[in-house]
Amino acid sequence: MANDHTLKRFDEELERLNATINEMGGLTESQFAKALTAVRERDTAIAEEVIADDARVDALDAAVQEQTVKLLALRQPMAVDLRVVLSSIKIAAALERIADYAKNTAKRSIVLAQSTAPAAAVAGIDRLGRLVRAALKDVLDAFADDDVAKAHDVWNRDEEIDQVYTGLFRELLTYMMEDPRTITACTHLLFMAKNIERAGDHVTNIAELVNFRNTGQNFGEARRKGSGALYTTDTPA
Amino acid sequence: MNMASTNMPAFSVPVAHAGVSMAGLSEKVSIRNLDFFYGDSRALKSINLALYANKTTAFIGPSGCGKSTLLRVLNRMYDLYPGQRATGEVMFDGENLLDPKVDINLLRARIGMVFQKPTPFPMSIYENIAFGIRLYERLPRAEIDARVESALRRAALWDEVKDKLDASGLGLSGGQQQRLCIARTVAVKPEVILFDEPCSALDPISTAKIEELIDELKQDYTIVIVTHNMQQAARVSDFTTFMYLGELVEFGVTEKIFTAPGDKRTQAYITGRFG
Repeated sequence: MANDHTLKRFDEELERLNATINEMGGLTESQFAKALTAVRERDTAIAEEVIADDARVDALDAAVQEQTVKLLALRQPMAVDLRVVLSSIKIAAALERIADYAKNTAKRSIVLAQSTAPAAAVAGIDRLGRLVRAALKDVLDAFADDDVAKAHDVWNRDEEIDQVYTGLFRELLTYMMEDPRTITACTHLLFMAKNIERAGDHVTNIAELVNFRNTGQNFGEARRKGSGALYTTDTPA
Repeated sequence: MNMASTNMPAFSVPVAHAGVSMAGLSEKVSIRNLDFFYGDSRALKSINLALYANKTTAFIGPSGCGKSTLLRVLNRMYDLYPGQRATGEVMFDGENLLDPKVDINLLRARIGMVFQKPTPFPMSIYENIAFGIRLYERLPRAEIDARVESALRRAALWDEVKDKLDASGLGLSGGQQQRLCIARTVAVKPEVILFDEPCSALDPISTAKIEELIDELKQDYTIVIVTHNMQQAARVSDFTTFMYLGELVEFGVTEKIFTAPGDKRTQAYITGRFG
């Protein structure tokens, strides 16, 4: 983002805002990765860590809100500065949601650790999680580097995430039908899959916001959604 | 998942001027290939611009960019000074107002101007307004009275001065004086009103009153405002023109200019990064 306002303080405040978002992004990425580890390794200690550290993400979100309100009130940002401030609010909100999904996944992993879940299904969660985690990492890089092309790439990858989620959803239904004793574990896995998929949606939103703050435009074309079939065939009318 | 949030645009930004349909808008003034010279110095360079009827157009840009010069061309204010000349066309209702045959007094009645500093005449509030009317029209006293009242009402000043119409215009506050000048301009029934930094000498409340007034006046008039206050341009105008070094850099819908300007120079200026 172009710098060098005549008023140096303005630059400093915008830099501080970016630094807060970057810190929040790094922490959210770590929370998300740890939640996946907790599921994969049945590691209750890591899950507890994720749950406890969510408050740190919330605090950073609050810091972003405070800084943006101050910037709006005192600096009356225009054009690219206005877009930076507006997108920062929304990116922070998206990161906060992603961290919440990580926390929820961590909580469920503790319950899951005490039951017998089909190993293949747990591996499926990990596969879906790794896709979202990679997308999250890339979108945060795109944010830090103002890389619109990279953001667009992340935006396109949501379709794959949706498809993997749809496949996993069907797989979990199959396990439950085959063996009702797995219903409890598979229900937790279903919720986890849903959490991870929703986190992917927020990653996509961040990609959109990275584009918006740099160009003032939205990614125009409608993306084909991979999971629409869930609603047309599996949900009773 | 096909949740609304993923398909929602990040923010809704008005489309660029280039893509905006100007359907339904009529050009009150059309400026074509306008150049302006102060002696040998070329202050305006090939300006092409449309001013739309019943819309407010703001001219913004750093000092010396030509925005006040452009405003002054619109009612031939430069004719007062030797050595200043304009070339090109400024079409106003089918007539080129740069044509030497144009009756300048009549032109200035049709295209009124409000200046930076309030300039009331040293006479009563009533006479400040009636004076201008009598210059252009012979009306019975009762009609002049009605016109004075209507002009003061249009300028949102009537309630404050109706009991002291015979008092001197110079006794009013700065904000009231500026509204008196607006009333004076409105009284001769212009079609276009030019505002040259109308609020630069006013406090925030008086400024807000003038801005509200500009918003109301555009129902009946075409308005052009030169301002250094970008927030003011953003608040009052429908279209914004950014000028730099005598050139028109960008013209567009105000929302677009202030959220996603097309030109880097516009962006640098309105975000306070100017070199």
